[in-house]
Amino acid sequence: MALLSVKDLTIHFHTRNGLVRAVDGVSFDVHAGETYAIIGESGSGKSVACYSLLGLVPMPPGRVEAGTAMFAGKDLLRLSNSEMRKVRGKGISIIFQDPMTSLNPFLKVGEQLIEPLLLHFDMKREEAWEKATATLEEVGINNAAQRMNAWPFEFSGGMRQRVMIAMALITEPEIIIADEPTTALDVTVQAQILKLLKDLQVRRNIGVIFISHDLSVVADIADNIAVMQNGKLVEQGSRDAIFTAASHPYTKKLLAAVPVGEKQPAPAQDEPPIVSVDNLCVFFGESGTDSEVKAVNNVSLQIERGEILGLVGESGSGKSTLGRSILRLVNPTSGSIRFKDHDVTHMNARQLKPLRRQMQMIFQDPYASLNPRMTVYDTLSEPLLLHGICNRKNLDAEVFRLMDSVGLARESVLRYPHEFSGGQRQRIAIGRAIATKPQFIIADEPVSALDVTIQAQILDLLLELVDRFDLTMLFVSHDLGVVRYLSDRILVMRSGELVEAGTANEIFTAPKQDYTRALLDAIPGKSLLAARAADSGS
Amino acid sequence: MTDTTTPDNLLAATPKGVSLWQDAWVRLRKNKLAMFGLGFLGFIIVICILAPWITPYGYEDQDLRLGASAPSAAHWLGTDTFGRDLLTRIIYGGRISLAVGFIATSVALVVGVTYGAIAGYVGGRVDSVMMRLVDIIYALPFMIFIILLMVVFGRNLLLLFLAIGAVEWLTMARIVRGQVQNLRQQEFIEAAISLGLSPAAIIRKHVIPNVLGPVIVYTTLTIPNVMLLEAFLSFLGLGIQPPNSSWGLLISYGVESMEEYPWLLLFPGFALTLTLFALNFLGDGLRDALDPKASRD
Repeated sequence: MALLSVKDLTIHFHTRNGLVRAVDGVSFDVHAGETYAIIGESGSGKSVACYSLLGLVPMPPGRVEAGTAMFAGKDLLRLSNSEMRKVRGKGISIIFQDPMTSLNPFLKVGEQLIEPLLLHFDMKREEAWEKATATLEEVGINNAAQRMNAWPFEFSGGMRQRVMIAMALITEPEIIIADEPTTALDVTVQAQILKLLKDLQVRRNIGVIFISHDLSVVADIADNIAVMQNGKLVEQGSRDAIFTAASHPYTKKLLAAVPVGEKQPAPAQDEPPIVSVDNLCVFFGESGTDSEVKAVNNVSLQIERGEILGLVGESGSGKSTLGRSILRLVNPTSGSIRFKDHDVTHMNARQLKPLRRQMQMIFQDPYASLNPRMTVYDTLSEPLLLHGICNRKNLDAEVFRLMDSVGLARESVLRYPHEFSGGQRQRIAIGRAIATKPQFIIADEPVSALDVTIQAQILDLLLELVDRFDLTMLFVSHDLGVVRYLSDRILVMRSGELVEAGTANEIFTAPKQDYTRALLDAIPGKSLLAARAADSGS
Repeated sequence: MTDTTTPDNLLAATPKGVSLWQDAWVRLRKNKLAMFGLGFLGFIIVICILAPWITPYGYEDQDLRLGASAPSAAHWLGTDTFGRDLLTRIIYGGRISLAVGFIATSVALVVGVTYGAIAGYVGGRVDSVMMRLVDIIYALPFMIFIILLMVVFGRNLLLLFLAIGAVEWLTMARIVRGQVQNLRQQEFIEAAISLGLSPAAIIRKHVIPNVLGPVIVYTTLTIPNVMLLEAFLSFLGLGIQPPNSSWGLLISYGVESMEEYPWLLLFPGFALTLTLFALNFLGDGLRDALDPKASRD
């Protein structure tokens, strides 16, 4: 007997621009003691399907057109508001994607935790407090009794997600919906959270619906997997069946999107390095006080012409600051930065301008890195005109050439950024970066905000461009799998310092540092990779 | 994901780079209410400019035998206590009111947006100094500030406009600075820096277009504000003096005789209200038109 049985769920959105079939005839069952993963890219309807179970889909414009969702003898789709409030929390609870915004910053963590207990169970305050403390302990927060009195900002991202999990667990629900609960987290923290969720699911014998865009994330914890595309559930089955015997082309595409393998290191060059950084320090805050942050501490590195250098580290390791300071977007505290024959460490904006043409940057978030009020045409023509690469006459041709290079349809030249998907936006941003025909590009987590299938496309685009335009690239990422896929050499950074360097092969097969080993262990989807390796071996 | 590239023949039919403003104009034209507002404003402005050719009366022509008479065929909106034609006075008053509204607001707009954008973008010590200066001017009692200006420079209509603008820009600067501080953190600003754009170009091309929404809303609030401020100053004898007139002055005289001669209040009130409606429609339309995210078609 299934805990939750969804049959033929159909949800349409009636918008100004017409009908959107967000969820189209989806059926699935969730049993006690299983983790049921729903995989799909953004817009596939996976979140809408799950949110509708708790009445969290805005209606209108949304409307449940058909289907049932039986849970504890009731149809969740047809509950009144007051009945639904009893199900939320008590029967089914939910963990959201971004732990930074899903806690109320003005309430102490303990107060937020006991709220559902006071609400649903008529518990006494002291009793609720005790139970909340125990739950916090259960999700692995040390000093739980003290931490109950802490404010949300005193917790790191991973710790906040633990608090969110505690909040979901505290009412002892039978089902937890986890909506991309680790997407906003570092890879090592992600591994911990995934393990915690799996442990809790087994220990409490509850059902977990795990929503994700990334097959490898759920590879190690899911019992059953459903794949959604364009509102339809295109394939479902046990994890092993999906990994080894997927039949639907989209599932195969998802499986293939996991970056596997490593680049052959480029042959060593005789030329001097294109970038050399010596004893670079970037400190923030007042020196000598507690507020001083040593974001980059005594880092030296060389980037050879034509190579892709991977820079790996967790958030807060200073990898982005290092990249930005090489481009002089952040001012270094001490040390020196050389770009080709120029010492750029202390150059002012005017001196830097001719060099800016030769070194460019691709940013992480394609939603924030494009000016929302500039069309593709404006965005791409800006660098061309600024550096006198084009005049008004041949500008159009050059803009189109750029769009071709990065795989954007020419018709969209007058569109604004918000009219594009994340992957397309990142293509615009890449087009802007290569517009000046630079020799050196820093890519700061260029794919971490993108869906996994789009990631693969963008990574291949980057590789192609590096090859075609003879680029040198510093590729900054927290994802070792991605870095391995395209880097010649890898640097590992921790707390502002470089801890290890080597070729991708050396790092992956014989890591010297414990920290590197921990990063390697945290890469999700080992069982998936193993399955694929076995598959290609047979 | 579109990976298809289109053939070269598209090159021939190249759309020229459409600027934000051209694009906004295309979208504004589709907004009926805003276009109505724009048309109405244009109509009022033309009438005010052509005043001497439109009305048969002068704004100071008195006909004491008439006194305050109700609307009639000869005087469509009636006459005031001196027997002056009210319609004529409203039209002439509109000249002053619209001028003060637009000139003072333009001053506030240009100075406030530039000042706020620079303070917010540059940040640090520059920002502190610039904003403390704003605080100081804020703290000066407004009336004393104006009276001081009048005493030093003499009474002059243009100076009056500038003086009002000089007060109104402070709030604008604060609003813009706050917005810009948020904007400054965005990656597209960093991208612009790494392209090698100068700070002035970044402020002009990347910062200001992205703060236009709140700026336009505040501007449409400022215009009526300065019109009423002018009336207040004139009432105190610091602005324009009879027999000259403005909507604000007409209204405040109208209030005095509201019970006996209600039309003296009603008609100037209508003129002001209708203009403000038109302005608000236009402002809302502009805000939507300048935001590419508002639905495109």
